[in-house]
Amino acid sequence: MTTHGNAGTIKVQYYTFAEPPKELKLESGQSLGPITLAYETYGELNNEKNNAILIGHALSGDAHAAGLREGAGVKELGWWDSMIGPGKAFDTTKYFVICSNVIGGCKGSTGPSSINPKTGRPYAIDFPLITISDMVNAQRHLIDHLGIDKLLCVVGGSMGGMQALQWVASYPERVRSAIPIATALKHSPQQIAFDEVGRQAVMADPEWREGNYYGLGQPEKGLAVARMIGHITYMSDQSMEEKFSRRLKEKNYSFRFKTDFEVEGYLRYKGDGFVRRFDANSYLYITKALDYFDLSGGITRHPGRPIDTKFLVIAFKSDWLYPSYQAQEIVKQLKIRHADASYCEIKSTYGHDAFLLEAEEQTHLISHFLKKVYKDKEGR
Amino acid sequence: MTTEAIRPDHQVIYGIVEPGSRVLDLGCGEGDLLSLLTSGKGVKAQGVELSEPAIYKCVEKGLSVFHGDIDSGLKDYPDKSFDYVILNQSMQEVKKVDFVIDEALRVGGRVIVGFPNFAYWRARLRLFFKGKTPVTYSLPYRWYNTPNLHFLSISDFKEFCADKGITIESEHFLGRNRGQQFLPNLFALNAVFLITAGNNRKER
Repeated sequence: MTTHGNAGTIKVQYYTFAEPPKELKLESGQSLGPITLAYETYGELNNEKNNAILIGHALSGDAHAAGLREGAGVKELGWWDSMIGPGKAFDTTKYFVICSNVIGGCKGSTGPSSINPKTGRPYAIDFPLITISDMVNAQRHLIDHLGIDKLLCVVGGSMGGMQALQWVASYPERVRSAIPIATALKHSPQQIAFDEVGRQAVMADPEWREGNYYGLGQPEKGLAVARMIGHITYMSDQSMEEKFSRRLKEKNYSFRFKTDFEVEGYLRYKGDGFVRRFDANSYLYITKALDYFDLSGGITRHPGRPIDTKFLVIAFKSDWLYPSYQAQEIVKQLKIRHADASYCEIKSTYGHDAFLLEAEEQTHLISHFLKKVYKDKEGR
Repeated sequence: MTTEAIRPDHQVIYGIVEPGSRVLDLGCGEGDLLSLLTSGKGVKAQGVELSEPAIYKCVEKGLSVFHGDIDSGLKDYPDKSFDYVILNQSMQEVKKVDFVIDEALRVGGRVIVGFPNFAYWRARLRLFFKGKTPVTYSLPYRWYNTPNLHFLSISDFKEFCADKGITIESEHFLGRNRGQQFLPNLFALNAVFLITAGNNRKER
């Protein structure tokens, strides 16, 4: 993994909009406002304002994509620091990189754990259901606020990739290129099933209290189980074999229901860590948004209209949560619309996690792709 | 652009393709031909390639390329999506040649096919006198490591086109470094054909 230099010490910024009565109209028909988005930026926006790249994060991600977070405690590197920074795939000496926390999240943007101004208490499950299209609509307000007319690129892995696709669907004239990674046009029944098991784990925990647990403590057991299931789906059979095999934590079997195997210890550790940093209701809302997402009927709503956005679609061979056939479905749509596009299925054993780990191959593809897009004249 | 370093088959194809056209190169390798056509003829280029390292080289060259095999690479395209579909040194590697040619003719107005000539005289000699599978300049592999699934001669291909009602618009025969027009089925190492669906096309 690339380790040379990072984007420096980064301060989280906030942008609030959709103040009543100008609330954001949601796909569900409901409205939400005011909305705050937490976001970070890396690099400088140039005078022409044509070097801006928007990064979308995955289910449990946040706005802290790169560099070191400013503030108290341990300085923490961003979740995609291997890809964003000086000389990296998203080279911050050339490009202005933006990452915001999605609405419905719990990392500074408005979500179910935010205070509902009407009641003075957290929204909990009074928070309206949101979709990927709503997330992107909120991001569009931020991009407007930053004075950017056209993004050089929208990119992300997993749910971030859905946001990239949705940007092209919602605002095709504002996106010069898109890089959907390890993602799909829609969730398959298998993907919905995994999400539903996670949601049921949360909601079956008595501590969930119909979502009204704020001030009383999270449904930790349920959320941890949800996260453990998630982690299994992010790895591959081979990567689990390499990482844990059947290694034991102690010398022998305990012959009790203790964590005998290393893989058990890992999942519990991941589950416990997750409940300290993530809101259970946000988990419900965001997984629902993933399940509702469906652009299989067409990335653009106007049939026959060509897609002007340039695409780089990336999948990973061992990713069984978002298998490469789903990436090929995206490619199929791009072929039909005569889009200028590239597709690569990277050989990796990491499973779905590969988009966070395979920095070298992704860097090679992305840096050259961006260079080409940046160089090409507008409206080619 | 120096013509010295450019492969003879690439030179021939370069001569065929009209400026500004839409080109699909099936089995584009590291993208040398598409780069040439993009820089020299301003074509809108799309490649299809199976090898992952070759994909990286294509993207490095600024080309658009899809990772996948030729057999399944065509079906998603609407009719006449391209002006030219190129199958240069890749036709002999696909599983179902007749299907791929049909699809290429559907997707592109004109199809450029380049392949090594199995009836080259040295190949004939090797088979006739030594009783061994031919290994030539254009067929450099051994029987156990060749990517080629089909072995054909120039005459075979012409017969194929006649049987299928495919029109041969032009034909080009190549020796090692230049054209080879004299008794091509005997003396040419490689052949490049420009074909179209033709009017008397037989039903599939």
